[in-house]
Amino acid sequence: MKELERARWRCRRGLLELDIVLQRFIDEYYSGLGEMELRQFEALQDLPDNDLWDMIALKKERINSDPQPVLHLLQTIAAFQETKIPGNKYGTKT
Amino acid sequence: MTIIKRKFDVVIVGAGGAGMRAALQLSEAGLKVAVLSKVFPTRSHTVAAQGGIAAALGNVTEDNWHWHMYDTVKGSDYLGDQDAIEFMCRQASEVVYELEHYGMPFDRLENGKIYQRPFGGQSQNFGGAQATRSCAAADRTGHAMLHTLYQRNVRAYTQFFVEWMGLDLIRAEDGDVCGVTALDIETGEVMALLARATLFATGGAARIFNASTNAFINTGDGLGMAARSGIPLEDMEFWQFHPTGVHGVGVLISEAVRGEGGYLLNKDGERFMERYAPHAKDLASRDVVSRALTMEIKEGRGCGRDADHLLLKLDHLGADVIRARLPGIREIAMKFANADPIHAPIPVVPTAHYMMGGIPTNFWGQVVAPYKTGPEEVVQGFYAAGECACVSVHGGNRLGTNSLLDILVFGRAAAVKIIEDLKKNPHHKPLPGDAADKALARLARLDSQKDGENVAQVTATMRKTMQAHCGVFRFPDMLRQGVEKMGEVAKRARQTEIKDKSRVFNTARIEALELDNLIEVAMATMVSAEARTESRGAHARDDFPQRDDDKWLKHTLYFSEDRRLDYKPVRLKPLTVESFPPKARTY
Repeated sequence: MKELERARWRCRRGLLELDIVLQRFIDEYYSGLGEMELRQFEALQDLPDNDLWDMIALKKERINSDPQPVLHLLQTIAAFQETKIPGNKYGTKT
Repeated sequence: MTIIKRKFDVVIVGAGGAGMRAALQLSEAGLKVAVLSKVFPTRSHTVAAQGGIAAALGNVTEDNWHWHMYDTVKGSDYLGDQDAIEFMCRQASEVVYELEHYGMPFDRLENGKIYQRPFGGQSQNFGGAQATRSCAAADRTGHAMLHTLYQRNVRAYTQFFVEWMGLDLIRAEDGDVCGVTALDIETGEVMALLARATLFATGGAARIFNASTNAFINTGDGLGMAARSGIPLEDMEFWQFHPTGVHGVGVLISEAVRGEGGYLLNKDGERFMERYAPHAKDLASRDVVSRALTMEIKEGRGCGRDADHLLLKLDHLGADVIRARLPGIREIAMKFANADPIHAPIPVVPTAHYMMGGIPTNFWGQVVAPYKTGPEEVVQGFYAAGECACVSVHGGNRLGTNSLLDILVFGRAAAVKIIEDLKKNPHHKPLPGDAADKALARLARLDSQKDGENVAQVTATMRKTMQAHCGVFRFPDMLRQGVEKMGEVAKRARQTEIKDKSRVFNTARIEALELDNLIEVAMATMVSAEARTESRGAHARDDFPQRDDDKWLKHTLYFSEDRRLDYKPVRLKPLTVESFPPKARTY
């Protein structure tokens, strides 16, 4: 009961970067996760904030860890605002 | 409705650095301590602090606490209380060594002493050469501190209530504080936690702004609870903005980018900082750069469809430099701005970062308010420490690395004071009959509200209103309209409706309750800012560009009940040394 709410609340972290990426993950992928992926996601959530962020942002993976499809999803999540996409809109005259 | 009651010696709300430092002292003294936290303790926002802890250890260059005190007074733009600042700077070395003995993995010099690095605003000899005062554990000092304190608390048998949210203060008829009501998020159960001492350490509240570097948990719950129970909020007009948060999301782009040679551009491709700060240019101090960005946007030179941000360019540094020296920044830009800085600039805006104001306390962490006869009467049984408190050591503007010091010094000081006070008060005060009424009424209102407002929409309106009307640079008309608009937003917040009425893990209810707290903080900020007709520290007004010590060398006190303001003098007299009289603040 209330698994989604529980998972969403536990995406509240000390780092804003993680708040945004994890919430986005919940919105996009959570409902489609299988048993094993759910366990992987929970294991990742148990990591300290800075370690988890380094694994997501700098692709620092721990040696001997199993391949983690969930981590790869987190690494590829685009967390920018959809309405601001076209890169050239920010283009400068350089 | 009867609710469950439990008794503790001390209840602490918040498990960041301040709450856990206090809890450790109290548990080790043999007291029965409960610590409430909305999230697991090591996920508190303290983990985001990278810079380090200021302490005049003198391990690298000569230093002493008196120089540190001068820097802090000057940085505060003379609004800091000099007794509290002396107290903090004198205790800095001791709290750092204590933390070292707890097992904190500080970086080391070759001789084995704690490594220290220079940081902005730190000087030798009262404004002379750069000092080297910041003690750090790589770029994750806050993280290391939080984990160290958590482990020690587990050893000391501190009792943590994880995923609990404080709802309201419990005050006796005579005004003394005798605990809090709190909600167990897991079960939806409300409990009265009765305590001989109640300590708030709930952190910051920059989520009131649209652009904020703060984590989602930073909703000012302690300030909301204090304000609702008649405690004033102090100096709420003072918020530090960081000039380069990623547009739309707030994630911080560190000063390191500009240090490496990155610079800011407006929509015409102009390097506009040359106009505002001809010498320092893009490396001018945070408040100067933030104000320049705001001026560019206001004058129509912002970028993008809504002309609402500026660009941080670093592609000229070359792919190799960016990959080698700024890998984390590059990832943040790609993830949060969809821009690879090797090829494209990063869209940025000034972003709310730190709250200098808060619950008024003295330097023993006791909450003080003009609620009986004097302007700074101790509210018996009530203490606050860390970002939620206003001691005030940061005054109008906080110096980097003074926030981690603040939470250690005043977390410990509050605990020391509580231990002393509890010897005099061996018994719990009788619980007032209406102890939980306020909290239960708010919950009942949420349960029965029909045709109400959507929480997310009201929150978004509040954040946009604060950003537009009370941001980095403040204009008289915008502030006046802002007070009115926030009044309307506050009315809407009293009519929020949630669809989920269940008890177990009802996060919609939590978010509605958080909004109540955010509204208190936002309203206090807007009203206080509108009234202060000068520019000082982080409060910059277009119509009053100068500091005005004749009229405004005083602290603001905002009372929620009737949105009334009061003022109290700045404590200019230190404990043992000569006062630093106000003078022009130049760097």
